[in-house]
Amino acid sequence: TVLHSCRIVPALKTLKMSTRPELLAPPEIFYDDSEARKYTSSSRIVEIQARLSERALELLALPEDDVPRFLLDIGCGSGLSGETISENGHQWIGLDISASMLNVAVEREVEGDLLLGDMGQGLGLRAGVIDGAISISAVQWLCNADKSSHEPRLRLKAFFGSLYRCLSRGARAVFQVYPESIAQRELILRQALQAGFGGGLVVDYPHSTKKRKEFLVLTCGSVPTSINDGHKGSGSEDDDDDSEDEDNGMVCVSDRNRPRKKQRTNKKGKGREWVLRKKEQSRRKGNDVPADSKYTARKRKSRF
Amino acid sequence: MRLIMHNMLTCNIKGVINKSPLRIEAEKVIKKEVDFNPDFLRHMLAKIEWKALVDGARSMGYTELPVHAPGIESDEPFLRKFHHALLELNLEEGSLVCQESGRKFPVNKGVPNMLLHEKEV
Repeated sequence: TVLHSCRIVPALKTLKMSTRPELLAPPEIFYDDSEARKYTSSSRIVEIQARLSERALELLALPEDDVPRFLLDIGCGSGLSGETISENGHQWIGLDISASMLNVAVEREVEGDLLLGDMGQGLGLRAGVIDGAISISAVQWLCNADKSSHEPRLRLKAFFGSLYRCLSRGARAVFQVYPESIAQRELILRQALQAGFGGGLVVDYPHSTKKRKEFLVLTCGSVPTSINDGHKGSGSEDDDDDSEDEDNGMVCVSDRNRPRKKQRTNKKGKGREWVLRKKEQSRRKGNDVPADSKYTARKRKSRF
Repeated sequence: MRLIMHNMLTCNIKGVINKSPLRIEAEKVIKKEVDFNPDFLRHMLAKIEWKALVDGARSMGYTELPVHAPGIESDEPFLRKFHHALLELNLEEGSLVCQESGRKFPVNKGVPNMLLHEKEV
């Protein structure tokens, strides 16, 4: 088995370095039985998928109340990411377009329910039932026109429209993507925003070409200020607390086209002690910080 | 396919108005035990289309579910039945049928094939 995976990993590496899978063939053709098996038996890929899935789950920011949630794994493939979801105690539905990949998932007896379907045709799920959605290395497939009748924009529209509908109030969708170009990433983001999503990009290890990972974090309606800072990696000190400097509570992005789904307000908040600590930190750095008073960290009106 | 997923599925064919629930034609059903978690079950109760669950369970051979879901308090005997119907019944072979168009979506090895033909999109 060790020899087997040694032979395969270099082959996949070459493939990955020379061409992206989505440029060779549509996913249901690229991931035939033999590719599906190769993909799942490579320990390097298994490890990467697990890490990406853990990070995506983290970015879902599910409530920490020990109640399992009902999640959607878009482009679940052979069930690698789904296993991470199960390990975290949640139930899930997995959608994929490749029967071969799903066959491997069935063989591995994954705990989620599997669905053979094309996300570009719409997800086909009832409104408001999904507590969160993740997708690992799958959404970029939507940007290719594989069949003559498939215009990527229509498929993206069907996908994001149906996704927005099936997510419950306040739920998030997190996509780990390898966009082919900035134009592709812009296309995906634009379609998401048009469907009513708020949100943005989280980049882990932005300065490392090897470790850099991008996650599109989409929220239903409003943008919470507490979207996680991307992981910085060692040696990068600036912009440390960009997201944490903002006030508690939600910032509502006005959305002309869709009815807003109200975000529940974050009761946890940072507190006066935290603010005082941060001010002290800033003073030590040599910044001009207003003196502390009884008004420091007082609760402001919700419009702030 | 378990009823937890079936309850959420709709027929995506262009022009169909009555998209859900899909009628189940069961050929092979197996039971797989799943850990009982009352918190999760209570969380799911609000999402479930109850009649579709009862009908779905019946078509898979389970008739113990009450016709109506309890109002406020859901006691353990009810949750146990709910748990069994929602998470432990597995449709391995059969089809899901759209009530309006009659279109059949085959289920093989527990996986429903919901891929639409070009003209149905």
